[in-house]
Amino acid sequence: MAPAEPALDQPAAAPGQLVVHIDNITAGYLPGVNILNGCSLKAYEGELIGIIGPNGAGKSTLLKSIFGQVKVREGAITLMGEDITGLKADKLVARGVGMVPQNNNVFPSLSIEENLQMGLYQRPKEYAERLEFVVGIFAELGKRLKQRAGSLSGGERQMVAMGRALMMRPHVLLLDEPSAGLSPARQDEAFIRVSEINKAGVTTIMVEQNARRCLQICDRGYVLDQGRDAYTGTGRDLLNDPKVINLYLGTLGVDA
Amino acid sequence: MSSEIPEPVLPVSPMPHAPRPKSLGLHKGEPAPGVAKVDPIIIADGITRTFGGLTAVNVDQLEIPRNAITALIGPNGAGKTTLFNLLTGFDKPDTGSWTFDGKSLSKVPAYRVARMGQVRTFQLTKALGLLTVLENMKLGAKGQTGEHFFQGLFPGIWRKQEKEIEQKAMDLLVKFKLDAKKDDFAASLSGGQRKLLEMARALMSDPVLVMLDEPMAGVNPALTQSLLDKILDLKDEGMTVLFVEHDMHMVRHIADWVIVMAEGQVVAEGPPLEVMQNPAVIDAYLGAHQEIDLGELTGRYTPEGKI
Repeated sequence: MAPAEPALDQPAAAPGQLVVHIDNITAGYLPGVNILNGCSLKAYEGELIGIIGPNGAGKSTLLKSIFGQVKVREGAITLMGEDITGLKADKLVARGVGMVPQNNNVFPSLSIEENLQMGLYQRPKEYAERLEFVVGIFAELGKRLKQRAGSLSGGERQMVAMGRALMMRPHVLLLDEPSAGLSPARQDEAFIRVSEINKAGVTTIMVEQNARRCLQICDRGYVLDQGRDAYTGTGRDLLNDPKVINLYLGTLGVDA
Repeated sequence: MSSEIPEPVLPVSPMPHAPRPKSLGLHKGEPAPGVAKVDPIIIADGITRTFGGLTAVNVDQLEIPRNAITALIGPNGAGKTTLFNLLTGFDKPDTGSWTFDGKSLSKVPAYRVARMGQVRTFQLTKALGLLTVLENMKLGAKGQTGEHFFQGLFPGIWRKQEKEIEQKAMDLLVKFKLDAKKDDFAASLSGGQRKLLEMARALMSDPVLVMLDEPMAGVNPALTQSLLDKILDLKDEGMTVLFVEHDMHMVRHIADWVIVMAEGQVVAEGPPLEVMQNPAVIDAYLGAHQEIDLGELTGRYTPEGKI
């Protein structure tokens, strides 16, 4: 496992300090149709936050609105107390927000190495040092730096995308379904990696379909429903909450 | 093998329905990679496909049993989707032959494979974003008279069929809980909803064999149960289902037969419970953490509470 890195070059935050605060936002794609309807979320320094919920609840939209890819119509998003509502992606990356989208998350025609370099194009001088950190977490990537990303399988691409986001030494990492499309062993591995990244000091907000696994590792979880944060609590509490089990976890998992 | 196979332990309480019986006796002889089936719908023989220097698929012998639910599992990059592409005419193998319902499919283009009754869905959904949900559904129906140029000019010729198709589409949308969205653009659906739409659309063509590429990926767990029921219904209606999936609960729950691929080859096949206890499968695919709480594994929690 990678050594725990101290704070990044963003303003250092004390443990327990509020890092991301989503305050009652409304957002959507089509005019007049709101996907998020007064959704709030808080992420404190060093926390691993899991977001679960049914299809179409607005989980991905919530991440996209933090990352400036969806217009926030009402409400505000702050990072370390500063308003970042509607800020474009490049500005957010410079402020230490990294995002790993669910699909189309690598440049297929570039090599793994070039993909990682793209993650650091704003500060290319730190490349060697950051590469070491990323390869420390994803050893497989280090062995195959020259391989074209387009020739990788889904799970490998996911690693490249996560690695690329980590190149920038993010303060906050946004993950959109890191386990999607991975085999069970790889899913477990992805969650363990996410946990490692978080333990290295990165405040992480993760959207997941694999709610059970997600809640097992996250510090706190939010259950989204119809664009609102319907339930919140520690991962454990949500895992054991009968209402959450019934509505969002499903009962199928119990035949394990 | 011992003469008595222990009864699988079935879940007791929270299952809303009694589990449906699995189809048994699908194979001839001992289950092993390439074992012959009693009534195969697909027979593949010596199929290989290489990309550059990488052999993506190298399947000597593979038979898919008819009117059963077969799961195709395996690690990422094992060649499952490539095999799907080859079987459905979306890609051409370097060598080998394969038949569907006794008819050779070599050099048959994808659209014609679909017309023969073998339809598929995609891992990354291919909904037509700027058509409405209902329009997407209607596209799935085959043999529409209005498709021909001159007939298309005279609504009288196709209006009745159009109505029937629309009714059928609505029935399916209701089944898949998408009816409220029928007039929305497909682009506005969430990832999971697109999965549902794609599956419903595949059923518009009255297929014989339905091939689902990760039907549950991105679908919310609370909806999983009803989707599984839909898939089990397909079998009851006489269809054959072949699906790729990583959700082992789902595989265990609905599959009658499981085929495990790794590095392009079929490494194991058999009934689900037996395959999942195969050490090679655990090693290559399932991983050692299946039954372990990851929170405890990563040291975030102890059974007593948070550290």
